[in-house]
Amino acid sequence: MTTHALTDTRVLAGRSLRHVLRSPDTIITTAVTPVALMLLFVYVLGGAIDTGTGGSYVDYLLPGILLITVASGVAYTSYRLFLDLQGGIVERFRSMPVARSSVLWAHVLTSLVANLVSVTLVVGVGLLLGFRTDASVGAWLAALGIIVLFTLALTWLAVVAGLSARTVDGASAFSYPLIFLPFVSSAFVPTDTMPTAVAWFAENQPVTAVVDTLRALFAGQPVGSDIWLALAWLVGILVVAQAWAVATYRRRMR
Amino acid sequence: MSVDLSLEPALRVRGIEKSFGDLRVLRGVDLDVAPGSIVALLGSNGAGKTTLVRILSTLVAPDAGTASVHGHDVVDQPGRVRESISLTGQFAAVDEVLTGRENLVLVARLRHLRDPERVADDLLARFSLTDAGARRAGTYSGGMRRRLDIAMSLVGNPPVVFLDEPTTGLDPQSRIEVWATVRELARGGTTVLLTTQYLDEAEQLADRIAILHRGTIVQDGTLAELKALLPPATVEYVEKQPSLEDVFLALVGDAGDTDGTPVTPTTTEAAQPAGEELR
Ligand SMILES: Nc1ncnc2c1ncn2[C@@H]1O[C@H](COP(=O)(O)OP(=O)(O)OP(=O)(O)O)[C@@H](O)[C@H]1O
Ligand SMILES: [Mg+2]
Repeated sequence: MTTHALTDTRVLAGRSLRHVLRSPDTIITTAVTPVALMLLFVYVLGGAIDTGTGGSYVDYLLPGILLITVASGVAYTSYRLFLDLQGGIVERFRSMPVARSSVLWAHVLTSLVANLVSVTLVVGVGLLLGFRTDASVGAWLAALGIIVLFTLALTWLAVVAGLSARTVDGASAFSYPLIFLPFVSSAFVPTDTMPTAVAWFAENQPVTAVVDTLRALFAGQPVGSDIWLALAWLVGILVVAQAWAVATYRRRMR
Repeated sequence: MSVDLSLEPALRVRGIEKSFGDLRVLRGVDLDVAPGSIVALLGSNGAGKTTLVRILSTLVAPDAGTASVHGHDVVDQPGRVRESISLTGQFAAVDEVLTGRENLVLVARLRHLRDPERVADDLLARFSLTDAGARRAGTYSGGMRRRLDIAMSLVGNPPVVFLDEPTTGLDPQSRIEVWATVRELARGGTTVLLTTQYLDEAEQLADRIAILHRGTIVQDGTLAELKALLPPATVEYVEKQPSLEDVFLALVGDAGDTDGTPVTPTTTEAAQPAGEELR
């Protein structure tokens, strides 16, 4: 059975990518909110924000905006998974000699591709708004790696949500807190302007570590220990979320 | 394959029990299905037909008892079982975003067949879906969707086919088409276990009929054997009326291969004007 796992995953991922291609609005919608936020912060609020870095506010803002893009994009994964479960197509796959893990991995890979497209769109708009980077090729690859890890970690959480949801709305509602997290981080304003308790939370939650790492990479500056902290968070969430998703899948399919 | 193996039942069910919470749905189901035969599982709503089919197709585990498909246990060797079965569930499980043809190609790929495109085209033709093949399955009528659903189950010619209420919601013509398909399958050596609410469907199709009631198979036999359970028939003279199905088929044109009573001339004439209006 496992010999077919790769083929099956590829075939099933092809199927859900086709779903994405046939409703490209999901990719656009994923990009629209972050772009609107970016416009709002750059042109309305940004003038009043002192980041203390001297660089342009777009440069400061973009990493957080990219994370928001992914956080809202993964909601479509729970949505698609939920619909698959409801429509009975998962039962069909499960009664066939299809590797069990393939059903979930196909959705995860699809999420990765769709989110990277949305992220690319948002970066494109960022460039139009004046985003500039001194990143080397290596730094770009490192940033890409971080975004891929972030997407995978959140996608496995989305899989848990899709597997546990009872309604379509419930399937995507889980992403609201994820979208909110960047606001209580260093994504938009430096944490030292926040009240002590909030600042403590902001400094110790994963988004700040990831945002600071991405910002340093884009600015072509040394990343210091931030990158290890970010990686530890992301790999940790990824491992826990994946185990949780697989356990939920097994339980649900009993 | 040795002679002994071919005598072994394709499906063997022994003492299967399944409860959902306090609800004891299956309470010791025994059933044998011979290779190449059609067995109809009859039972009222909630009798547990779907539950039994889901156990046989490895989707849920039984609480007790054993079931095997071609000698492979559904709990211990689900992988082997899945290679020899296909399930058409009670509710059509097609991908609505994909076209009919893409649905079939998808299943053919997942069954690791050599030429998925050709397999898809053959099945589209066989189920009169060639013209609709390039359309999204979401735009299909209920009957077309069901036909696609059944076609997807036949990809790769699995030797054992489960059909859970295959004709519920179909118009009489599509029903007859599905019946013809089922007969054709059995002629080709496929074992078919189907559930149904329709007694005439069981009568028309099945070699054996098993009645599931209060969690067990209360009767299992050929139609003649089941009829023999009732007191001997008394002879009464009854005027033979065409059934509503005969009338419907006469009106919409294709009586097809119903081997029922021919429609009487008076009925056809009386029905003709209405037929004109329908067109
Ligand atoms: N997953 C489940 N959880 C709880 N109860 C269930 C579950 N699946 C089935 N049941 C219950 O088990 C009983 C048998 O259901 P099943 O679907 O097997 O009946 P059926 O014979 O197929 O009925 P129908 O003719 O209506 O399709 C029903 O009372 C149903 O509510
Ligand atoms: Mg049922």
